[in-house]
Amino acid sequence: MIALPLSHMLIFSLLLFAIGLYGALVRRNIIGILISIELMLNATNINLIAFSKYTSLAPETGQIFAIFVIALAATAAAVGLAIVLALYRTRKTIYSDEVHLLKW
Amino acid sequence: MPILELAVKFGTYAAMGAILIFALGVVTLRNLFHCALCLAAVMIGIAILYVVLQAEFLAAVQILLYVGAVVTLVIFAIMLTEHLAGKTVRQTNSQSLAAILGLLGFVAVIAALIVKTPWPVTPTAMEAKVSVMGLGKALMGLYVFPFEVISIVLIAALIGTVVIAKKDAPEERL
Repeated sequence: MIALPLSHMLIFSLLLFAIGLYGALVRRNIIGILISIELMLNATNINLIAFSKYTSLAPETGQIFAIFVIALAATAAAVGLAIVLALYRTRKTIYSDEVHLLKW
Repeated sequence: MPILELAVKFGTYAAMGAILIFALGVVTLRNLFHCALCLAAVMIGIAILYVVLQAEFLAAVQILLYVGAVVTLVIFAIMLTEHLAGKTVRQTNSQSLAAILGLLGFVAVIAALIVKTPWPVTPTAMEAKVSVMGLGKALMGLYVFPFEVISIVLIAALIGTVVIAKKDAPEERL
């Protein structure tokens, strides 16, 4: 029923992962880095679902691990943004290279 | 019904292209609020892909959790912190070129691997259906231990978030 081959799906999620990794490496704003990490987690989720649809003999497995990844991504976003708020309150910055209290 | 399959195929490729364009917007736009809106668009597109892959429950969870919760949380954080970010502040560090070159190498290697690997795509596996009932049974049967671990992680993260984000007691100020 599904028309497009598995490798196209995998290359698409590879590109999405690379875009997210670029954002996480290059952005200065900590909230921007967190958003990029969400992109990368979603790319891995697409991989999990695609493998569970195309190749798996126990098709629930991929979807259940995708659910686990989504739950962990939600906790990562919540804790990360709480850290950003605490950082903004105490140090008045949200740029990752200005937080160098423990550097050297 | 070949015309329907063709429509599904082109629609899927169009959704993929739109997702990639919005993802580029997420990592390159200067205004973080626009980035968060692009992130919501990316999540909706990924939900469409899940429907194409016949994972309807995951599509609903994706919209509910990402577009409903995570993007809202991100927008809250942006609104609470943004007003010191002026127009002239640099939004990227100086390692942009090195990151692009390294990522091009990474993408080339992994794409070559993906193309060369003989994936075991079998028609019997393609025919398998996943129902929400099957998901629930697997979650309560085979995967009950990871499920409980996730619930403990969720409650710990909830408490930790409240503890980190609440205001300090005034006498503890340095």
